[in-house]
Amino acid sequence: MKILVPLKRVADPENANKVKIAAPAGGLAPKIETTGLEWKPNPFDEYALEAALRLTENGTAVKARLGEVIVVTFGPAECDQTLRGALATGADRAIRVDVTDDQLDGDLVARALAKLVDQVKPDLVLMGKQTVDSDSNQVAQLLAAYLGWPQVTFAANIVNEDNKALKIGRVADGGQINVRVQLPAVVNVEDRVVNPKGVTSPPTPATHKYADGVRFAPLPAIMQAKKKPLEVKKLADLGVEAAPKVKYLGYEAPPARKAGVKVKTVAELVDKLKNEAKVL
Amino acid sequence: MADILVVAEIVDGIVKKPTLAAIAFARDAAKAAGGTFAILAVGAGLDAAAKELSACGASKVLVADDPYTKNYLAERFAPTVAAAAKGFGVVAFPAATSGKDLAPRVAAKLGAGYAPDISGFKAEGGKLSYKRPMYAGNAFGWMQVSTPVEVVSVRPTEFTAAEPTGGASAIEKVAVVQDDPAAGKIEFLSFDVVKSERPELTEAKVIVAGGRSVKEKFMDVLSPLADTLGAAIGASRAACDAGYCPTDLQVGQTGKVVAPTLYLAIGISGAIQHLAGMKGSKTIVAINKDPEAPIFQVSDYGLVADLFAVVPELTAAIKAAKA
Ligand SMILES: Cc1cc2nc3c(=O)[nH]c(=O)nc-3n(C[C@H](O)[C@H](O)[C@H](O)COP(=O)(O)OP(=O)(O)OC[C@H]3O[C@@H](n4cnc5c(N)ncnc54)[C@H](O)[C@@H]3O)c2cc1C
Ligand SMILES: Nc1ncnc2c1ncn2[C@@H]1O[C@H](COP(=O)(O)O)[C@@H](O)[C@H]1O
Repeated sequence: MKILVPLKRVADPENANKVKIAAPAGGLAPKIETTGLEWKPNPFDEYALEAALRLTENGTAVKARLGEVIVVTFGPAECDQTLRGALATGADRAIRVDVTDDQLDGDLVARALAKLVDQVKPDLVLMGKQTVDSDSNQVAQLLAAYLGWPQVTFAANIVNEDNKALKIGRVADGGQINVRVQLPAVVNVEDRVVNPKGVTSPPTPATHKYADGVRFAPLPAIMQAKKKPLEVKKLADLGVEAAPKVKYLGYEAPPARKAGVKVKTVAELVDKLKNEAKVL
Repeated sequence: MADILVVAEIVDGIVKKPTLAAIAFARDAAKAAGGTFAILAVGAGLDAAAKELSACGASKVLVADDPYTKNYLAERFAPTVAAAAKGFGVVAFPAATSGKDLAPRVAAKLGAGYAPDISGFKAEGGKLSYKRPMYAGNAFGWMQVSTPVEVVSVRPTEFTAAEPTGGASAIEKVAVVQDDPAAGKIEFLSFDVVKSERPELTEAKVIVAGGRSVKEKFMDVLSPLADTLGAAIGASRAACDAGYCPTDLQVGQTGKVVAPTLYLAIGISGAIQHLAGMKGSKTIVAINKDPEAPIFQVSDYGLVADLFAVVPELTAAIKAAKA
C-alpha cells in the first residue's frame, strides 16, 4: 500500500494558551502571535503517520518496509525539519510544497493535495482529523470531494483487508459507526487509532501488541533520515493558484474567566452552589 | 445575503439536538441580514422529524426521504444537500460529528467557502461575519466567506436551542440525488450505540467529570454523585485512555464540547485540550489535591482535597441540601 500523509507544523499545542493577541481597544488583532512557542508536528498528523507505518509493515520486523509512506507538508523552508522528523520516525520519502504561512488556507491545501495525488498516485491519503492551530477539520473532506473519492473521518480503528479495502470504526455522537471503504480513499484519524489495537494489518501477527501511542525515532534513524529523499515543489508545479474562498478579518482573545475562590470544606462548597451560584 | 438552509441531523428518524442550535443561528442570522431560513431533512422514515421541524418557524421544510439515505454516509447525503442548496446563500450544518463530516464535502461540490465550527456571527449591510474558536479555544478568529454560497457549521454549545414556534411550515418533498461516484465505494456496516441511562453529555445540564486519578473504580466512585445531581458523566482523555471509562465520555478538543450549567472536574489537572471542551460551562467546580493544578484557574469554586474522601461527602451533602 502506498500512503500519502499530509502533515503540518503547529505552534506548541501544550502552550496554546501563551499565544498573544494584541487587539486595539474595541478592535481585532491582525494576527495571532506565536513567537516564543516551539514548532511541533500537529499531534493528529503524528497519529496518522503512526497508523500509516502500521499499515505498511510487519509489526514484528519493522525494518523491512512492505509499502511506502510519503509525507507531505505545505509551508516554508523551516518545515523541512518537521519532514526530517517524520522520515526519522519511519516515513520513506518526503515532499514539501513551498508556500508562505500567510498563503496557507485549508481549501488551497486540499486543491493542491488533489493535484499531488494525481502525481504520486497513493492508495490512501491518511491525515489528522484537524490541525490544532486552526481547529478547522476540513482538508480531508474537501480533498475527498475534489478527488471524487470516499472519505472516512474520525477513524478510531482501522482494519486492513488485503490492501484493497479498509474496515473502519469512526467516532460518532452516541457511539461508533462501522464502515467498509474501497481504496483509494481519504481517511482522517482520531487519537485512538494509536492505541495498541488501533490498526490491524495482515502482515502483523494478531498476537503482536503495539506500544500505546506513537513510536519515536531512534538516534541512528535521525542520522539516516538525512539521506532519505526530500523533494521541494512549487505551487505552480501543481498548477494551483492561491485563490482564497474565505478571509480572516482579525482575531480576539477569549473572554477571561474571572478567578474563582477556593473553598475549605464540602459544606462551604454546597452552600455556595446552592445560594451563590444557584445551581443546585 | 440570500436565504439560509439548515441541514438537520437526524438519526433513526429522530432530530438530534444540535440541529436546534443550527436553527437558532439561521433564525437570528436571517433576521439580522434580511432573509428567511428553510430546513432540509435527509434520511429515511422522516414523517415525525419533518413534523417536528415544521414547528420551528422556517419558511419551509424540504424532505428527502428515501431508503438510499437510511444510514448517514457523506457520499450519499452530499449530492442531495448540494442540489437542495440551489437558491440559498448560506448552508448551515450543526457542528456535530456528521455535520462536520458532511459540510466540507458539500462546500466542495458547491465551490463554496467554509466557516467551520462557528461560535458567533455579526451582520453588517446584509453580509455575515463569523466568529470561531482556534488554538483549542485560546483565540477567536472573525472571518467572512467570499464565494456566492457560504457553508458554515454551528457549534451547538454556543447557540441556545430553538424552541417550537407553534406555527407549521410547508413541507416539500425533494428527490434524493445519487450522483457521487464515491458512493459505491463505501458501505455502512453498523452503528454501535453506547447505551446509557444518563443524559447525553452534550445535552446534560450538569456534568460530573473524572480524571486519571479516579482510577479503576471510575464509575463506582462517580455514579452516586452523578445520580444525585441527575448528571451526565464525563472524563479526561487520560481516564479514557487508561480504560477506566468508555471513550465516548471524553470531554475536550478531541472529545465532546460541552457547556452545562454546572461542571464538576474531579481529579482532572486541567490540560489545555481538556479546557477546550468545557471552558464554556456556566459554573465550574474543581476538586484536586494539588493546589497548583491549572484547573483552578478556570474554576469558580475550587476545593483542594483528596477526591476519594470528598466525593462521598459531597454526595451526601448535596442530597441533604436538595431534600
Ligand atoms: C492532540 C491532543 C488532544 C487531546 N485531547 C484531549 C481531550 O479531548 N480531552 C482531555 O481531557 N485531554 C486531551 N488531551 C490530553 C491532555 O493533554 C491531558 O493529558 C489530559 O487531559 C490529562 O488528564 P487528567 O487530568 O485526567 O490526568 P493528569 O494530568 O494525570 O491529572 C490528574 C490530576 O489528578 C490529581 N489527583 C491525583 N490524585 C488525586 C486525588 N486522590 N484526589 C484529587 N485529585 C487527585 C492530580 O493532582 C492531577 O492534577 C489531548 C492531548 C493531545 C496531545
Ligand atoms: N499546511 C499543511 N500541510 C500539510 N498538511 C496539512 C496542512 N494543513 C492541513 N493539513 C492536513 O489536513 C489535516 C486537517 O487540517 P484542518 O482541516 O486544517 O484542520 C491536518 O491534520 C493535516 O493532515
